[in-house]
Amino acid sequence: MANQPKGAIAGLGVTQMGKIYGRRAVDFAAEAIALALEDAGLNKSDVDGLLINANLSGDMDARSQMVMGFENLTLINAMSAYGSTAGSMMQYACMAIQEGLANVVVLVYADAPLSATRGAGQSYAGPHRFPLAGMAGLRAAYGNFGANPEYAMAARRHMHLYGTTSEQLGAIAVGQRAWAQLSPWAQMKQPMTLEDHQASRFIAEPLRLLDCCLVSNGAVAVIVTSSERTRDLRQPPVNVLGYAQCAPGDNLRTDRHPAVETGAKRSGEIAFRMAGINRDDIGTCQLYDCYTYTVLVTLEDYGFCAKGEGGAFVADGKLAPGGALPTNTGGGQLSGYYMWGFTPLSEAVVQARGQGGARQVPRNDYVLVSANGGILTYHSTIILSRHASG
Amino acid sequence: MTEKPVPVPDEISEPFFDGARQGRLMLQHCSACDGWSFPVRERCPHCFSAGLQWRQASGRGSLYTFTIMHQVMNPGFASAVPYNIAQIDLAEGVRMTSNIVSTGNEALRIGMPLEVVFEEADGNVSLPKFRPAAG
Repeated sequence: MANQPKGAIAGLGVTQMGKIYGRRAVDFAAEAIALALEDAGLNKSDVDGLLINANLSGDMDARSQMVMGFENLTLINAMSAYGSTAGSMMQYACMAIQEGLANVVVLVYADAPLSATRGAGQSYAGPHRFPLAGMAGLRAAYGNFGANPEYAMAARRHMHLYGTTSEQLGAIAVGQRAWAQLSPWAQMKQPMTLEDHQASRFIAEPLRLLDCCLVSNGAVAVIVTSSERTRDLRQPPVNVLGYAQCAPGDNLRTDRHPAVETGAKRSGEIAFRMAGINRDDIGTCQLYDCYTYTVLVTLEDYGFCAKGEGGAFVADGKLAPGGALPTNTGGGQLSGYYMWGFTPLSEAVVQARGQGGARQVPRNDYVLVSANGGILTYHSTIILSRHASG
Repeated sequence: MTEKPVPVPDEISEPFFDGARQGRLMLQHCSACDGWSFPVRERCPHCFSAGLQWRQASGRGSLYTFTIMHQVMNPGFASAVPYNIAQIDLAEGVRMTSNIVSTGNEALRIGMPLEVVFEEADGNVSLPKFRPAAG
């Protein structure tokens, strides 16, 4: 059924984000779901599907159903392809709805890694208890913790091959900070210049502090139902026209080049074909941006520019407010809030509905959403539209 | 001062760490498909054969990419920053993450030839690291 909506987004709930201490992830989740139901004009009893994005701390799992008091669910799972899970969840929700397994499916991501004593730098730093056995121990012995060094090495490889510069990566960060200033949900509001970016300290060279995403406490919930059903609900329908995953495989082989080509390429090709649209139809991109570099390589792999030309492509500010390809219009994970794949997904819903206020993009017919997990290991793509076909 | 974390060999990785202590880079090789693999695992990732054998690798490779770490992610590295983490493409076709030693961070160049050396972490554990080699 090409060019027919696979499903539609009826509700969106976004809690307060950032340094909100003393609450469990599941409590943020419950609040986000309540907000999303209110947004959609649906009741808790209408929900018959619950897909939970498992987080790194492992405290969001299928038992969250009981904590939140959902009953008689006909679809339940905690899913993980790390940061790319949002797109996978959207796929499975739509397939379940098409198959009649569920009618109203809640997708939720919640996390609370920050505390008064544990800041952003340590939140995703990996293990905290030593010694470690075997290969995990070997990794730690080399000082290799968390995602920062891995993405830094990918960015360095791209720079080596194509001459990509730190300033070009900085253009992405600066543009997204400008968007964040227009978003009531964004955590980072102070203006940023390219000089600020260049003056920010190195975390893992070539990545600077302002190349790295935030860490947030909070939750996002999205309610998915059939395209038909959304027509009677409170919000303008946001149709799901295409989706795909791609997981390229083991990075630790010399014949693999994850820094050069990610799963965005194949999953993008599939999703565009399914939606029946072209890249030129996309009015705004909401791309997973754990690092500035991730945005750059994703744009290349989706074919917005040739491989290796991403640096020059972004350097003119075309992703920023007023630019030709408005991207990460809520500030993204760099300046908005870090909810894994639910950061780009949530902003895509706002833009597709036309509810972006000061940050609303002029062309919101088709919105491209990416999510990326592991170390460029997993990728998912979603194409959303206010139209019911491509 | 907190020390850098020292790995504890487990059952499956013991031959790797035994080899390192004796100055040999040991990797798993599949007798069924002739493929090498790393990190250590139970079964060949190329062909699913359980017949992985430990073999001494050449210890030669080239620098695929690297980072210089400035952020202290673990207190054991507080006095080590800025230190490098590197991916080394080994002649056997596997990409290993390690540190480059015997040269300054500013001398690191992608593509430079490297060879393995072994650095004692404590009395029982040595770590394979890499240093510049003649081309």
